[in-house]
Amino acid sequence: MIRLEKRPQPSAAWSYVTPVLAVLATMVAGGLMFAALGKDPVVAIRTIFWDPIFGEFAFYYRGQLLVKAAPLVLIALGLSLGFRAGIWNIGAEGQYIMGAVCGAAVGLAFYPADLWIVFPLMVIAGALGGVAWAMIPAILKTKFNTNEILVSLLLVYVAEEILASMAQGLLRNPEGSGFPGSRNLSRYDAAANNELIVGSGMHWGVVTALIAVIAAYVLLNRHRVGFHIRLTGQAPRAARFAGVRPDALVIFCFGIAGALAGLAGLFEVAGPAGQISIDFNVGYGFTAIIVAFLGRLHPVGILLAGLLMALTYIGGEAAQSTLGLPAAAIQAFQGMLLFFLLAVDVLTDYRIGLGRRGVA
Amino acid sequence: MDLGGINPAILIASLMVASTPILLAALGELVVEKSGVLNLGVEGMMITGAICGFAAAVETGSPALGFAAAAVGGAAMALVFGVLTQILLSNQVATGLALTLFGLGLSALIGQGYGGVRPPGTGKLDLGPLGDLPVLGRILFSHDPMVYLSLALVAAVWAFLRYTRAGLVLRAVGESHDAAHALGYRVIAIRLAAIAFGGACAGLGGAYLSLIRVPQWTEGMTAGAGWIALAIVVFAQWRAWGVLLGAYLFGGVTVLQLNLQAAGAAIPVELLSASPYLVTILVLVIMSSDRRRAALGAPASLGRSFHASA
Repeated sequence: MIRLEKRPQPSAAWSYVTPVLAVLATMVAGGLMFAALGKDPVVAIRTIFWDPIFGEFAFYYRGQLLVKAAPLVLIALGLSLGFRAGIWNIGAEGQYIMGAVCGAAVGLAFYPADLWIVFPLMVIAGALGGVAWAMIPAILKTKFNTNEILVSLLLVYVAEEILASMAQGLLRNPEGSGFPGSRNLSRYDAAANNELIVGSGMHWGVVTALIAVIAAYVLLNRHRVGFHIRLTGQAPRAARFAGVRPDALVIFCFGIAGALAGLAGLFEVAGPAGQISIDFNVGYGFTAIIVAFLGRLHPVGILLAGLLMALTYIGGEAAQSTLGLPAAAIQAFQGMLLFFLLAVDVLTDYRIGLGRRGVA
Repeated sequence: MDLGGINPAILIASLMVASTPILLAALGELVVEKSGVLNLGVEGMMITGAICGFAAAVETGSPALGFAAAAVGGAAMALVFGVLTQILLSNQVATGLALTLFGLGLSALIGQGYGGVRPPGTGKLDLGPLGDLPVLGRILFSHDPMVYLSLALVAAVWAFLRYTRAGLVLRAVGESHDAAHALGYRVIAIRLAAIAFGGACAGLGGAYLSLIRVPQWTEGMTAGAGWIALAIVVFAQWRAWGVLLGAYLFGGVTVLQLNLQAAGAAIPVELLSASPYLVTILVLVIMSSDRRRAALGAPASLGRSFHASA
């Protein structure tokens, strides 16, 4: 008879081992899935996880790794603060879209002026766009006690409609012969978020993500707000006695998450994506949820998790072109990873005991 | 704009069809939440049901087998959630999200090659002379069997929760799992059963979308229906008839906005398309603004993990 005994303290050792264990389990289960699709599982796993870093075309893929990881890390960092405090913002995808739309709108308003101020203004607009969208569930939560999970998620669909409307209407390229989609921002020098060092993949989003990792670490470990976040997550009642204002914390966590998601959207639209188009968003806001948990809601963990998840995107694309592995298989693979993470997490808080002892 | 072209009888009839997927999913989630479990993976279970049902119906040529497969597929997904949250004690919010993310990927994977395929048609239930009644016959008696099944299910869930001993036990588990455990009820087994039922209902709802309402398979075709179903349970304050009301209200908004789009109303198409989501948010705000009333129907143990050590 196997049973679970609660540990007096969560095991520190297991909290480092479990993410690795989950990744390995996902590789095995994913390999089985690839085999079921008629692909050689070993080749598929190697194409996804090994070749982009050490293979023949690694010089190209390594840069792409940073490009894909930056938005994931930015969004996941913001989400992790809320998740730690039991505040569930799962609408980062919408905040990401609104950041991109607002930032791009500012950039396009200045077109074709060649001023240095354009890009900084776009960055500010992008962050504010994300914040504004995140404030809707936050304020509804604090004023009307509305469930923030549902509201933030439903707003993603509203944001997608706004994106479609913008791509076909207000922000459409007047010289685009009627096709939906805005002007290409990456070809407008004052607004472009191009690589800082050619071939490195390093753009302003990557720099911001690295700064955000450090800032989040300092906030959580050295600042009173970070202490309040952790306290609220572990003991909400104790937190209230300690003087934490729950409403202020909700606003703070949503605000930071919205700002970071908005920034991620802006850096994406001004650089790698280049333009506002109907299918501009590709689900980074949702994948970032997996990244946040894979990184155990810890800033450094999230940085590593973001890189790993970016690897599955890039390797997935490579496997798509070389092995004909469907794109959906990667999506299922990423979802599986989150399952395994949650499953092995039990080992951190519980110890497995064998044999029967009394009536449980 | 030609609003005269909107026939009220057809509008109400199509409202019932538009509401059925969400009604089924919300009804399942109601039972799950009554047992004290918050499964946020409704969207994932619905889309899995949609593709399982679609694939099975296309391969066998039988819509009935399709719906059966959808229920099995939805329940299987739900049991993954059940094992993780009930046995491995994972966080219910995070696991529900994982279920949705995984379901969207898995369904897209299974659905390859089913795009553009037409499923076998599901006939209307022949109710004899009732269907020939003026107006009423068009509204009430000319639907497919699933519409009536969903209505019967509302009554069944209501009666089960209110009048049966098993329903009482289920509610007890949802209100206080520690007390129910102390009385000797098997909390985890009961919750797993409720979760599987919820998954089967969500699967049926998804299959209704892909087999009858649309009827076609496209990736991500549930488009938030699962999340709206979750909101409807809150709106209904955890009561079966409230779920029916909420689902039909929502279906009404959906049908109305589609009709307005078709009639070329002077409202931007995007605003109309977003209206069901906006209305859902508005309804959530109204329902939850009165804190005491909002807390009335919610099961006390909702979302809390149960471990028999204490």
